[in-house]
Amino acid sequence: MTAIDPTAHLTAEQIEELGRELDAIRDEVLADRGEKDAAYIRKVISAQRKLELVSRGVLLFSIFPPAWLIGTAGLSVAKIMDNMEIGHNILHGQWDWMRDPKIHSTTWEWDHVSPADQWKHSHNELHHTYTNVIGKDNDLGYGIMRVDEDQRWHPFHLGQPLWNFINACFFEYGIAAYDLELGKNLHKRRRKNPEFRARARAVGRKIRKQVLKDYVIHPLLSGPSFLTTLAATFTANLVRNLWTHSVIMCGHFPEGVQVFERRSIKGETRGQWYLRQMMGSANISGSKAMHFMTGNLSHQIEHHLFPDLPSNRYAEVAVKVRALFEKYELEYVTGPLPKQVFSAWHKVFRLSLPNKKPKVETPDREQELVAA
Amino acid sequence: MTSAALRSRAWKMLEMVTTPLLPSDYLDLVSPLRAGADLRGRIEAVHPETRDAATIVIRPGRGWRGHTAGQYVRVGVDVDGVRLWRAYSLTSPTHRQDGRVSITVKAIPGGKVSNHLVRRAKPGTLIQLDQATGDFVLPAAKPAKVLYLTAGSGITPVMGMLRDTEFDDVVMVHSAPQPQDVIFRDDLHRLVADKKLRLTELHTDTDGMLDISRLDELVPDWAERETWACGPAGLLDAAEEHWTAHGVRERLHTERFRPSIVAVGDGGEVTFSTTGKTADADGATPLLDVGEEAGVLMPSGCRMGICFGCVTPLKAGAVRDLRTGEITEAEPGVLIQTCVSAAAGPCDIER
Repeated sequence: MTAIDPTAHLTAEQIEELGRELDAIRDEVLADRGEKDAAYIRKVISAQRKLELVSRGVLLFSIFPPAWLIGTAGLSVAKIMDNMEIGHNILHGQWDWMRDPKIHSTTWEWDHVSPADQWKHSHNELHHTYTNVIGKDNDLGYGIMRVDEDQRWHPFHLGQPLWNFINACFFEYGIAAYDLELGKNLHKRRRKNPEFRARARAVGRKIRKQVLKDYVIHPLLSGPSFLTTLAATFTANLVRNLWTHSVIMCGHFPEGVQVFERRSIKGETRGQWYLRQMMGSANISGSKAMHFMTGNLSHQIEHHLFPDLPSNRYAEVAVKVRALFEKYELEYVTGPLPKQVFSAWHKVFRLSLPNKKPKVETPDREQELVAA
Repeated sequence: MTSAALRSRAWKMLEMVTTPLLPSDYLDLVSPLRAGADLRGRIEAVHPETRDAATIVIRPGRGWRGHTAGQYVRVGVDVDGVRLWRAYSLTSPTHRQDGRVSITVKAIPGGKVSNHLVRRAKPGTLIQLDQATGDFVLPAAKPAKVLYLTAGSGITPVMGMLRDTEFDDVVMVHSAPQPQDVIFRDDLHRLVADKKLRLTELHTDTDGMLDISRLDELVPDWAERETWACGPAGLLDAAEEHWTAHGVRERLHTERFRPSIVAVGDGGEVTFSTTGKTADADGATPLLDVGEEAGVLMPSGCRMGICFGCVTPLKAGAVRDLRTGEITEAEPGVLIQTCVSAAAGPCDIER
């Protein structure tokens, strides 16, 4: 917890009122959700598939540099669309209401080495429920970084700018390892746990399929363009990983975003839960294209308040949410992508070094440190 | 290697190319009605029949196995973006030259799908289909004398029969509120003019409901006829009683349209059909808690409706969303979030 609580000026009643106002915003969208939204996601899915098909087709001739460039760019965008606006949002159940078994959180699989069901558990359940609660939400630094002054410093953290960069390049593998809770589960005793082994096997299968497709089958189909297709797919995966990592860093890492201690969420009310989501997330400002390419995670604050609302509605919701931030005198953390990315990286560098402990420590926190 | 084995191996290869999607996900973009695709149909025309009924002409996908006169088909239609399934009788003859089939739909007050199909359906729209089913059909051996006893939209399966098979001696007794409410009225009168049908048309707004004892007067030899009856439950109940009382029950074939009547209330008995457990639930306790309390292994996650880790099929009954108060009724394929849903009447959860 940062030394100064930016929500200290709110009374308990105000926080509950804020919760009711947010519920009203949600209900408004639910009442209006319908045919247009369904048409939107169908159109996006169809466009993504066509783009991927065409790009892979062009890459069959990637021995010619212009074909390589066009195919690689297309495939990169297709993979980003698959992961962001389509995969992430469908797996959140945002489109379950359509009752279309093909566009449903229980059946969707994405172009990613982490199997959808494992990701849903660590992301939807752990991260979205316990957003920014140290020790509960491991998205805070993915277990390899220190992202708040209150977290204990360890010499390992000196290397965190490097860890973060490597994680960015191979982000989908990082996520798969993270969803498996690899750090914790590689301990001797846990390694043999049958449940963990089954999940690890599922990841292995998914990796094998993905790698086979991207780095063996499609290059082979390209014949003389084998090597250039291989390079193109590698590049597209790298671009997708760097892009998604950047977008996701902007969601919770920029300066101004709050983190919370475990004790603070005991007996949390709906209003308090909403408030934590508001203070624990940050947006990216930009054009429509920008919002689309981030899977509308540029509206991270709105997404965290209403993770199951269709992503195409976040932009209109954002106007109302922002008005509430102003009404309740709270800081709406947002900025253009380069600024937010810089801010997040700056924090990664800053916290790689030890800092002085904040002078005022709450008794809660001390107890927790002792307990830990 | 057999050709089937070869095909399946080729398909496996193709799956490796398209993973994590399936080849069909791409093929559906260009050819949703092809052989091997999930069964779908394309609406090709909508013909109004009465002020609240219309015939929907559908081109079924290649996987359509045809139907027998009198059968119905379940169709999945997207209404306001939500896929809803309903069953409608097929009204086209079984072997139309153009391979198309038709259903005839009467818009019922408040009916989401029927009103959508009658008033808003557009040619070109894709709908989902199941194979035709139902045993309200004609027998293989032609009966000498036939009676069709119908009312309202109960005419629809019978129209499928009339258009499919000609009999030497056919009588129909049909009830509808007013002449303009008689679906297929022109077709029926044309059959009468061609002497292919003897028709008694009753208009219940002026004549009152059909009194089954009047049948002796309308169709004196009714007991000798193989009879197919379709219409509201009242009519069918009366017919079954009448035929049984005269010892000719085996000559009567009935079709009941069963609109699932869901008792919506506050709480109710919850059946967990996979494990066979039941529990009483009030209208405020999440079904997840009810299930766990009853010792059912329930999938769970955030317990606040955000992670979708607890979604479970609702097989029967109705539930209420504890956040919005919205009621969801059971339909095939309906999944609910058990952590934010409470019983709204008796319901069946597949766990």
